[in-house]
Order: sequence, then C-alpha cells, then structure tokens
Amino acid sequence: MPVISITNLVKKFGVIRALDGLDLHVEQGEVHGFLGPNGSGKSTTIRILLGLLRRDSGDAQVLGADPWRDAVRLHRRLAYVPGDVSLWPNLTGGQAIDLLGQLRGGLDRRRRDELLHRFDLDPTRRCRTYSKGNRQKVAIVAAFSSPVELYVLDEPTSGLDPLMEAVFQDEVRRIKEAGSTVLLSSHVLAEVEALCDRVSIIREGRTVESGTLAELRHLTRTAVTVETARPVSGLDALPGVHNLHEADGRIHLEVDPAHLDELLGQLIRFGVRALTSTPPTLEQLFLRHYGGDPAAATTGADAPAASVPAADAQALQGGAR
Amino acid sequence: MSALTGTTLLARLVLRRDQIRLAVWIVGTPLLGYALAGSVAGVYPVQEARLGYATTSASSLVARAFNGPIHGTDLGAVVVAETYVTLALIVALLSTFAVTRHTRQNEETGRAELLGASVVGRYAPLTAALLVTVAANALAAVLLAVALVGAGLPLAGSVAAAAAIGGVGVAFTAIAAVTAQLSVTSRGANSLAAAAVGLSFVLRAAGDVFGSQSADGTQVRSAWPSWISPLGWGNQVRAFDGERWWVLALPAALLLAGVALAYTLAERRDQGAGLIAPRRGPATGARQLLSPAGLAWRMQRGALLGWAVGVAVLGFSMGVAADEFNDMIDANPAAAEAINAMGGGAGLVKSYLAAMLALFALTIGAYVVQALLRVRADEADGVLEAALATAVSRTRWLGTQVLAAVLGAVALLLLAGVTTGLGYGVVTGDPLGQAVELGGAALLRLPALLVVAGVVTAIFGLLPRWSVVLSWTTLLVFLLLGQLGAVLELPQAALNVSPYTHVPAVPAVDPAALPLVVLAAVAAALLAVGVAAFRHRDVPS
Ligand SMILES: Nc1ncnc2c1ncn2[C@@H]1O[C@H](COP(=O)(O)OP(=O)(O)OP(=O)(O)O)[C@@H](O)[C@H]1O
Ligand SMILES: [Mg+2]
Repeated sequence: MPVISITNLVKKFGVIRALDGLDLHVEQGEVHGFLGPNGSGKSTTIRILLGLLRRDSGDAQVLGADPWRDAVRLHRRLAYVPGDVSLWPNLTGGQAIDLLGQLRGGLDRRRRDELLHRFDLDPTRRCRTYSKGNRQKVAIVAAFSSPVELYVLDEPTSGLDPLMEAVFQDEVRRIKEAGSTVLLSSHVLAEVEALCDRVSIIREGRTVESGTLAELRHLTRTAVTVETARPVSGLDALPGVHNLHEADGRIHLEVDPAHLDELLGQLIRFGVRALTSTPPTLEQLFLRHYGGDPAAATTGADAPAASVPAADAQALQGGAR
Repeated sequence: MSALTGTTLLARLVLRRDQIRLAVWIVGTPLLGYALAGSVAGVYPVQEARLGYATTSASSLVARAFNGPIHGTDLGAVVVAETYVTLALIVALLSTFAVTRHTRQNEETGRAELLGASVVGRYAPLTAALLVTVAANALAAVLLAVALVGAGLPLAGSVAAAAAIGGVGVAFTAIAAVTAQLSVTSRGANSLAAAAVGLSFVLRAAGDVFGSQSADGTQVRSAWPSWISPLGWGNQVRAFDGERWWVLALPAALLLAGVALAYTLAERRDQGAGLIAPRRGPATGARQLLSPAGLAWRMQRGALLGWAVGVAVLGFSMGVAADEFNDMIDANPAAAEAINAMGGGAGLVKSYLAAMLALFALTIGAYVVQALLRVRADEADGVLEAALATAVSRTRWLGTQVLAAVLGAVALLLLAGVTTGLGYGVVTGDPLGQAVELGGAALLRLPALLVVAGVVTAIFGLLPRWSVVLSWTTLLVFLLLGQLGAVLELPQAALNVSPYTHVPAVPAVDPAALPLVVLAAVAAALLAVGVAAFRHRDVPS
C-alpha cells in the first residue's frame, strides 16, 4: 500500500488554480523527491497532505487515511518541517522542540539531544534571536526526534550551511534505514540526487514526470561532440538525433539514449578521432521540465526540440551552484 | 547617502498602506466631535442647565477624574468636558499604533530589512512614520476645529480645543517613537506606549481630583500632577475659558525631545534589536508548558499580570473615591438628587459603583479581544500551521485559547470587583463585606464578555483576514454605545446591539437571571459558529 497516494488533485485559491489535477504516489520506505519551479504547488500539496488545506476535488490518502478527516490521528504518525519556519518568539529553541514533540505525542529524548549536538544548535537561545538557518534546524530537530512513519519535509535545508547539509543527509539516510518514508520537497538538486529513490516533478499544479532518477535520465538526450578523419554524412537521417551542427571542424549533436547505438555505428565509418559524450546532468533534466512549455516537457525525448539549449543549460547550471 | 534618504518614498508607502485607516481617523474624529457637540448643545441649551452641570461637575471628584476639569458654563466648556477625554484617548491610541506599525512592526517582520538594503537612510523609516502621524493629527485637528465651529461654537475656543486634542496625538506620537526603539516586538512597543497612556490618564485624574474649585463653583483649577500628563495638557489650554495658547508648546516640545531621543536610541542599536539584550532561557520545556493550555498560559501571563496591576490600582482608587458621594449628599443635596436620578434612583453610591463595574467590564473586553487575537497573529506568521500539523485538533487548539481568554477575564473581573469593594470598604469600615458583594456583582458582567469572546471567535473562523480590524471595531462600537449612547440620545434599538446594555447594573439594581442567560446563549452560539467555521477552512488563510 502506498504511503501517499494522490490522484487528480485540484486546489483553487479564488481564481488561481494552484493544483490542477496533480498525481503523486510515494511507496513505503522510500525517500521521494518532490520538485518543481517556484509557485508550482509543492507547499500547497503538502498542506493538503497535512489536512491544513481543504482540497477542491481529487483524491488524497496518507497512510491509508483521509488527511482532512483523520488529521489528528494521522499527525501522530508523521512529522512536518515547514518551508518557512516560524516559532514562538519568546520560547527558547529547546522549549519549542519539546513543545512540538509533545504535541505530536512524544519524542525520543536521547535522539533529541544527539540531534542538537549533531546540528550544533544552542537550545537556550530565544527563537526570535535565531538566524534563518537555526530556525530551520529547530524544526528539523523537532521532526527527527519523533520516531514516526512519515516525514514531510518542505525545503528543509534552505538556509543550512554545507556542513549542516551533510548532517541532514546523514540523518535522512538513518531515518530511511529505520524503515520510515520521506517526502522531500527541495530545490537543492545535489541533495535530491544524493537522497531520493524516486522523484516527482510538478509544474503549474500538474505532475509532469515521475520515476527513479535513472528512468528520468533515460528520457533526456546525451550531448555528443565528435571529430572524424573524413567529413561525416547521413547523420540527420538517423532517428533520435537532434540539434546537429558543425563548428571548428567538430560535430555537435544531441541524441536520445535509445538511439546512441545507431549513431555510433554510423560515426565509426568516418574514422573517429575524438569523441566526448556527456550524459544529461540533473540540472539539464530539471531545466527541461521547469522551463519552456509544459507540453514539450511531458513528452520528454520525443520533444521536437530541446526546450533549453545545452549551452544555456550549462550556463544556468553554473549560476545555480 | 544621508540618514534621511528615501524618507519621502517611505512616507508615500505609509500613506498607501494606510489610506483607509488614515481616512477613517482624519474624518472620523471630527465627525464624532461634531455629533457629540450637537447633542450636548441639545441637552444643555440654556445657561441655567449648564450652570447646574458645571457646579456638579466641578464638585464631583468622579466627574473630575473621568471628564477632566470643567472650565465654566460656556456651551463650549461643557462640550469639552463631555468629549475631551474620549477624543484624546482615541487620538493617543491611534497615533501610538500608527507609529509602531510603521517602525517596529516592519523591523519585526523583516520588511524593514528589505527596505534598509535599498536606498533608504537609517532614520528614514522613523521619520516617515512620524511625518505621516503628525500630519494626520494636524489634519484631523483642523477638521475638528471646522466641525466645532460648524456646530455653533466660537472660533477661538474651537481652534483651541481641536489643537489641544491634536496636541495629545502629537505627544503620544513622540512617546511611541521612543517605545518603538525599546521593545523588540511591536506588541511590546504598543504595550509600553499604552501603559504611558494609562499612566497619563491616572496622573491627569489625580491632578484634577486634587485641584481646587473656583469661588463661583463652576471651574476647576488642576493640581500639579495634571501638568506632567500629556493628556492633562489639553485641559490646561482652557478652551472656551480665556484660551492659554502657550500650553500648546508643551506637546510640540515633547515631540522634539521624543524625536531626538528616538534618533539617539536608533543610532545605538542594531536593526531589529531592542535596547534590552536578549537573555538565555531553559534548554528544555518544563512539563507544564508542553500542552496547548500550558502554552496559552505562557503566552498570556505577562499581559494578564500587567492588566491585573492596572485593574487593582484603578479599582481600589475608584472604591475609595466612592465615599465622596456620602459627603456630597450632606453638602449638596440638590446635585446629589440629580445624579441619583441619573443612576436610576437606587442611591448615589450604588449607581456610581455599578457604573464603575460597567466601565471595568468594557475595559476588560479589550483584554479578551487582545488575548484571542493571538490565534490570528499565530496564523499569520505561520506558527499555527506548525502547531496544527501535530496531533492537536483545531477544536482543542481554538477552544483552549478561548478558555484561556475567558479565564483571564474572570480573574480580572473578580479582581476589579474585589479591589473596588476593598477601597470602598476601607473608608466605610467594611472591607470584607464590600469586597465579597462587589466581587460577585462584577462577575455578573461575565456574560457580556463571553459575547465579546464569541464575536472575536466567529470573526476569526469566518473572516480570518479581517479579524484584527473587525474585532477591535466591534469593541469600539460597544464602548461608544455604552459611553456616548446616552449623550447622543441614540435609539434603544441601537443601544441594544451592545451586550453590555443588557447586563443588570448591579449593585444599583437587583440581579436578574434572564438577560444573563440569554447573553450566555448568544455567546455559546457565536463560539460554536466560530469553531465550526475554523474547522472547515484553510489554514493559513
Ligand atoms: N493562501 C493562498 N492564497 C492565494 N494563493 C495562494 C495561496 N497559497 C498559495 N497560493 C498560490 O498557489 C500557487 C502554488 O504555491 P505553492 O506555495 O504551493 O508553491 P511552491 O511550489 O511551494 O513554491 P516554492 O518553490 O516557491 O515554495 C502559487 O501560485 C501561489 O501564489
Ligand atoms: Mg513552497
């Protein structure tokens, strides 16, 4: 039985359709990446899963129950880290952690102290004096201190430094080993790549792609640069080859992974001198889904032209890091 | 870049954010003044009636405490006596909230940081807030002067009275500029400034009570405590009684001093910080904190303590003052008879005590509103979302908040009754008996406060985004109906809107169960609507 099962979910805020037929399935024991551009509806989906927002139509099940009707019972079995953590300004971090844990139905004190230590968080400071990263840590420690079946994390590491990011990834692995399920919304692709078994990508309130990273990679073209002894011909007739052009005596092209074999067979006849083949980076994968028009993105490899040229993708990737 | 760069830009931003509030303030206060002046003129049209009013007001310590010193028998003087305190308190609070809203609240929410990083000087936000608030006071004063002249009062007195009220607003603008530097939270800054308003009221009341009556009995000359109260300065202008224009220099001087102090303080602190360094606290949550009820108590206790001190001091002094009526019956039987009739003829002291308890019930309504609006504040800044994502139901969460607010109201009501009784009992020689009797009488006001709690809860459930505005407006309407309804000669149907109208005026009259039961039922229905709506709506919304 899936831990989270959403089909055709619709949520409107006045005239805005924040969710427009969204699907999401998360299996028991997996770390599921939940991605999409800003405003695509990730937080809205998560709030519906928590019974905070009411869905307009569609079906949503969490741990086999209806998140709106059975909210309280469900909340004993899950923990939540909000995207924008705000806390009671006059309580200390330690008090806030204990309060949230107790309201959830109790927390593991040994684990709490260990997490405080690992995240290097001073629990005696008032919440209003915490930096953004430290507020985030309070919410993470509060959530991870409770041994629950499902962790719902909405951009949990925004504001964490790289050292803390590493600690966070460690802790998520530990949770997974303990058999819990994690729904992780994130814009940090390295984190998604390191942690997630499967990912779902949404755009404008709709799921555009879902699967393992390997599966998603398969849907994206490989960039190939080749230098041959003799002038090449007949490439444009090959299936799955796109964006073919020549510069500085080299040929640049993109090819669908499924047609790589045919391409190599053809190239070999012209005496290959040098060849680089770049598998799609995660960034390219996402940029393809984030940018351009949604129809092109959903069809993946069969898209008539890459929605983001490789060169632009590289530049954006550099900027994102 | 100078420290004032961007002030104009920010002032325009303040105007845009607050255009409706400011319009209501600038047009509303003159309109209120006009209506009040008109009806006072209707009630006291002739010199004889005003002579009676002035002598009674001048000899009654209670009238002096609540209405300020009377300055003769001119129609204008009577209008000032009847309206000054109300209008002055309104502009004092409006000015305070406006300054805090555009200074400390912006820092608290991080908006100021966003602005501070752009081309905005260090003093610009404070200066912009002060400019707009002072301008609003000035504009409201000009319109009020026009309104008073329009109501048929002489020009010089009208201008003086309006300027006196504008001066009060200006003085508290300065005070709020300073408190906004001291406290880290806007709630704290507002509380400090509101405490300053309260202290000013007490000082002014004391100065006027201890003042002397003129030989003809129609004027009061205030004692020195009125002079150290910005609320008192307005009276010392003596509008319609040989205006003393130079007194208006006092609020202007306070403005300059306050602004200088605020700039100095702003210079010495970091953005977002207060002057009191944050202390460390416990690393773990004590068991009694870790529940919705524990949290609600923790969040309320500071405010409740402040209220308790204020209520106790005021209650005791009002109780002591009650005894003056016994003297008055001996000294001035005619005036005593008049007040007695106003109070329903149940005996002067009892009427007075009932009026005091009614006033306390209204004031404690503000505690209820403020305590309950915390739920909305929590929702707006995201804490509620985190709390409701735990295994606490919405009903339990909201129910706990309502219960906490109501228990706080019960405690404050009881305290008000008991301290008033003690004060009265100490001078009459029966402290215990009076404390018990008035404590009980005060608790009979609870159903009206339950209705207030019900209204706020229903608004929070149905129209969350309007919670703050609508809740305070409702309480203000109840207050105006209670305090000014009679002066304005409003129809009974309008007065009936306020739950306070229906509470039996114990101890002046015998308690009656029916109205209390009906009020409690109305409150229960409102609470049920609020909770049901809250259970069915989006959070946050
Ligand atoms: N309470 C609300 N009222 C109106 N519109 C809303 C509300 N909450 C969200 N929206 C809109 O719904 C859409 C989805 O927002 P959501 O917060 O779910 O996006 P997100 O994917 O979490 O974005 P981000 O990556 O920036 O966190 C946005 O267009 C947003 O403006
Ligand atoms: Mg989000």
